[in-house]
Amino acid sequence: MAVLVLLDHEAGSIKQPSRSAIAAATKLGEVHVLLTGSDCALAAAAAANLAGVAKVITATDTAFDHVLAEPMAALIVAMAPGYSHILAASTATGKNVMPRVAALLDVQPISDISGVIDADTFIRPIYAGNAMATVKSSDAKKVITVRAASFDPVASTGGAASTEAASAVALPDISWFVSAELSKSERPELTAARVVVSGGRGMQNGENFKLLDPIADKLGAAVGASRAAVDAGFVPNDYQVGQTGKIVAPELYVAIGISGAIQHLAGMKDSKVIVAINKDEEAPIFQVADYGLVADLFTALPELAAELSK
Amino acid sequence: MKILVPVKRVVDYNVKIRVKSDGTGVETNGVKMSMNPFDEIAVEEAVRLKEAGKASEIIAVSMGVAACAETIRTALAMGADRGILVETDVELQPLAVAKMLKVLVEKEQPGMVILGKQAIDDDMNATGQMLAALLGWSQGTFASKIVLEDGRAVVTREVDGGLETVALALPTIVTADLRLNEPRYASLPNIMKARKKPIETIKPADLGVDPTPRRTLVSVAEPPKRQAGVKVKSVAELVEKLKTEAKVI
Repeated sequence: MAVLVLLDHEAGSIKQPSRSAIAAATKLGEVHVLLTGSDCALAAAAAANLAGVAKVITATDTAFDHVLAEPMAALIVAMAPGYSHILAASTATGKNVMPRVAALLDVQPISDISGVIDADTFIRPIYAGNAMATVKSSDAKKVITVRAASFDPVASTGGAASTEAASAVALPDISWFVSAELSKSERPELTAARVVVSGGRGMQNGENFKLLDPIADKLGAAVGASRAAVDAGFVPNDYQVGQTGKIVAPELYVAIGISGAIQHLAGMKDSKVIVAINKDEEAPIFQVADYGLVADLFTALPELAAELSK
Repeated sequence: MKILVPVKRVVDYNVKIRVKSDGTGVETNGVKMSMNPFDEIAVEEAVRLKEAGKASEIIAVSMGVAACAETIRTALAMGADRGILVETDVELQPLAVAKMLKVLVEKEQPGMVILGKQAIDDDMNATGQMLAALLGWSQGTFASKIVLEDGRAVVTREVDGGLETVALALPTIVTADLRLNEPRYASLPNIMKARKKPIETIKPADLGVDPTPRRTLVSVAEPPKRQAGVKVKSVAELVEKLKTEAKVI
């Protein structure tokens, strides 16, 4: 039986965490992908080109425009009989929708997998990534969310999938979109960025986060923060990297003024190269950093910006 | 309107967990246990809604071993009115928990159920959504604000790019994110008072639910450890190494 992957899309392209979810799905069977919303035509064309995708299914009802869990789950449940596994990335959407799908199918979901052993057996982090559990499902159908940082995204070209429209289903009308306040940034998204520059409590205030801008600009980086910096009100919550924020695994992670609480490490320790700048040489962040610099960040940051401009 | 708040007993968030040497799980014997931090936020929100006159009664529910009664007592000390303990030694997974909660909701008829968005032990982030599905109710997950108005709940949600606000038909399920509120510490008089509040103890069979897990744990392992790298002496040396050694810039 084929495998269905729910995709997140924006402005005509498929979001990177969804491409990682497809990578996980290719280990389980023929991959069909689902795109929803009245504006998904461009994204559907992009999805048809993705490596490893056999079929693109579109549901263009406006009821799906804000990916509310109630109508989304009804749609996916109606499609479920044709699939052995149903997956989505562990994004805000995947985490919201997939457990609802699982309950409607009488299935115990498997959240945030970081590895696929076989069709029934998966690895997933528990206790904020401080232990890795191998779990085996006895459900006939599996409903899964995928930790994007653990799977290399499939290539955006190389596929030649067919496209079809989803059948219409009756949708619940019990929830309504009101508004969204999304952070506007020219920078890449945290979970998709090749480089992430994060600030912690050591930044002292929100104004000082501007010191990270020239460095992030030079490196094409996303800007993140520790929970301590978010709790102190320096930056909004969507900057947060860690157990209770976003999980990232960029090529390069630069931690500035971050002590390295377990909660933060849980969100970034799978980064390829980690750099830490902290004035406290005993800071736990140095135990996971490939390159550590013991320095006052207010001296080091301008120097780093200058050095990167050379 | 009644509010039901499920609370989970988990390894305290300050404890550095240890994987058992035989790989069968995480050591919980002799380890400090507490209420799941997101559930504390859920209890606090329910208490604030009651204090604001929007809720009439708060029922705290916990499921698991007999010691979960302590977790219910914590909720009662924070301001919940009574407790229900579903006692079992079986390992409970979200699907079974959601099914048992559904039966309790049908009996108690709350206007809202507030849960923590996820438990910090199994990190599933599923029970609230699953309960909403089983009841056919709306869901407001990862909430940072709840406003009750015109017979609806207007919930602001933490999403990947910022915040999203949705309006939900009542009754509804809300799951609490970190910024919803800062939970209070229970005062000594309230802890004393909580001892007199009633806790009803029942079994899964009383709810007609078979809690047998659908998912078995094959093994638990330590995550791969990162080795500490080198200390560099200057910013110039750092940039040099990132260019020539790590080749990431």
